[in-house]
Amino acid sequence: MAEPLLRALSLTRRFGGLTAVDGVWLDLNRGELHAVIGTNGAGKSTLVNMLSGELGASAGRIELEGTDITSWSQPRRSRAGIGRSYQRTTIFPSLSVFENARLCAQARTQRPWALWQAAGACATSGAAAGQALAATGLQDVAQQAAGLLSHGQQRQLEIAMCLATGPRVLLLDEPLAGMGAEETERMLALLTELKRDHALMLVEHDMDAVFRVADVITVMVDGAVIASGAPDVIRNHPEVRVAYLGEGH
Amino acid sequence: MATDRTWIVPVAVLLALAALPAVLTPYSQDLVLKIAVYAIFALSLQLLVGMTGLVSLGHAAFLGIGAYVAVLATGDGGPASLLWLLPAALAAAATYALFVGVLSLRTRGVYFIMVTLAFAQMAYFVFHDTKVGGGSDGIFLYAKPVLALAGTTLVDLDDKRQLYYAVVAALASTYALLALIGRSRFGHALAGIRINEQRMRAAGFATYPYKLAAFVIAGALAGLAGLLLAVKDGAVNPELLSWHESGAVLLMVILGGIGSLRGAVIGAVAFTLLKELCQSEALLGPLAGHWQLTLGLAIIAFVAWLPKGLIGLGAPGKTRAAQRDG
Repeated sequence: MAEPLLRALSLTRRFGGLTAVDGVWLDLNRGELHAVIGTNGAGKSTLVNMLSGELGASAGRIELEGTDITSWSQPRRSRAGIGRSYQRTTIFPSLSVFENARLCAQARTQRPWALWQAAGACATSGAAAGQALAATGLQDVAQQAAGLLSHGQQRQLEIAMCLATGPRVLLLDEPLAGMGAEETERMLALLTELKRDHALMLVEHDMDAVFRVADVITVMVDGAVIASGAPDVIRNHPEVRVAYLGEGH
Repeated sequence: MATDRTWIVPVAVLLALAALPAVLTPYSQDLVLKIAVYAIFALSLQLLVGMTGLVSLGHAAFLGIGAYVAVLATGDGGPASLLWLLPAALAAAATYALFVGVLSLRTRGVYFIMVTLAFAQMAYFVFHDTKVGGGSDGIFLYAKPVLALAGTTLVDLDDKRQLYYAVVAALASTYALLALIGRSRFGHALAGIRINEQRMRAAGFATYPYKLAAFVIAGALAGLAGLLLAVKDGAVNPELLSWHESGAVLLMVILGGIGSLRGAVIGAVAFTLLKELCQSEALLGPLAGHWQLTLGLAIIAFVAWLPKGLIGLGAPGKTRAAQRDG
C-alpha cells in the first residue's frame, strides 16, 4: 500500500494531569473509511481537534503525505486539504445555504485585496459551492437561510461546507448525531460515495452504521487505542468486547 | 438579497447634500458639516462593529490622531498641501491602529473592549499631559490646507463652501469604499468571521490578518474624519481622543443600526441632532443645562423601543433568521 495520506504518530495531548489522547497511532488512506469509536470522554473529539489543528500536540507527530505538519495552524492545514465537520452544528445561520458553502470554498481563492470584485460573482468558489451542495442534496434549498433548515439538513450542510473547501482528508465528528433513519441512510450513502476519492475518518456513536460502512475501526478507551483493524476483527476482539461492547461480565 | 437598486437612496442623499448649501443658513450648514464628519467616523466604526463583529471602545484615538497630525504637520508656516497632509493624517492613524490592532486582536469580547479603551486612553494622556499638542488646551490650526497644482489653487478648505463639498465628497468616498468592501470577498470573509470565526478557521482562513486589516482600514478612515474635524473647527484638543468620544460614536452605530452602512449615517444624524436638541435652551429651557441626562434617557428609550436601530424601522420584510443574526 502507498504512503498514508494522513498519519498520526504517537500523538499525545495532556490537559494538566489528564491525558486526553495517549500515544495514538493512526493511518488514514485514500479510498478508506476509518471509524474511531469509544465511550464518551475516550478522546475521540480531542483527536479530531488535534488532527485538524484546533488543538496542539503535547507529544508525537502528524504527517500529511510524509510532511510533518504538527506545527501548522488550522487554516494552513485546511488549505493543504484537511477538512473537518463539527459534532455540534457550526454553520453561519444568518447566511444562505449557498453562501455558507461558497464562503468555505472562498478559502481556496481568498484574494482579499481584490475589493472591486464582488464575492457573489466569484466563479471558482461559486462552482465549488454548487458541487458541494449537489453532492449533499441541498441544491433545492440553496437560497434559504441556513438557520431555518431542519436539523438533518444542517448536518448535511456541515458536510457540504467541509467538501466545498476541496479537502483530501475528511474528519467527520459524529455526522449522524440526531438524524432520523432516512437521513442516516442518505448520509451513509454519501459517505460511501465520498470514500472513493477521499480519506475519511468518522467518529461515531451509531455502532450499526459504523460496522456497515467502515473499512477500518479503531477503538479508543481513556485516550489510548486498545484495538484497530477490520470490522470483523474488532467485533470479535476480546478486549473491545469487555471495554466497549459491554460483554464479558 | 441585494437588488440592483440599492444605490438609489445613497445617491439621492448625496445629490440632496450637494444642493443643500443653496438653502442653508450658516448655522445649519455648519451643523450638516458636523453631521457629515461624524457620519464618516461612524462608518469607519461600522466596519469593525457591524461588519467584523469587533466592538472597539477606543475608536476616538484614531480620530484624534488624524486631527492632531493635520494641525501639527501644518505648523505655522502657512497652509499645507492636502496632497501630503491627507496621506500623513491617514497614515498616522493607520499606524497607531496597526499597533493597537496587533496587540488587542489577540483578545476577544469584553477583553477586546477593555484593551482598545486602554490604548485610546494612553493616546489621550499623551496629548493631555505632554507639550506635544499644547496640553489640555489643545492647539489652533492657523492655516487650513489647500490643494494646489502647478501654482493654481484648486481647493481651498478655508472657504466654507469648498470645505462643505470636500466633506461631502469624503463621506461619499468612505461610503462607497465600505460598500465595495461589503460586497467583495474580503467583506464576505469579515462577515463570516463575525458570525462564526471558528468555522472560518476550519475552512482555511487565517482570521487574524483579516481582522487586523479591517482594524487598520477603520483606523485610517477615522483619521480622515479627524482631519476634516480639525479643519472644520480650526482647532484640536485632547477631548477628541477621550472615551466620551469613543462611546458617542459607538452609540451612533447602535442607534442607527449595527451592521448597516446606512445605519451608521442615520445614527450620526440622529445622535448629533438629539444632542443639539437636548442642549437647546430655546426648546428645553433650564433643562438644557442637564443635557447629558436628557440625551441619555432619550438614547435608552431609542434602544429599548428600536433594538435593531433606526434602520430597523424601514425593513419590515426580513426573514426571521436574518433578523436574529443580521
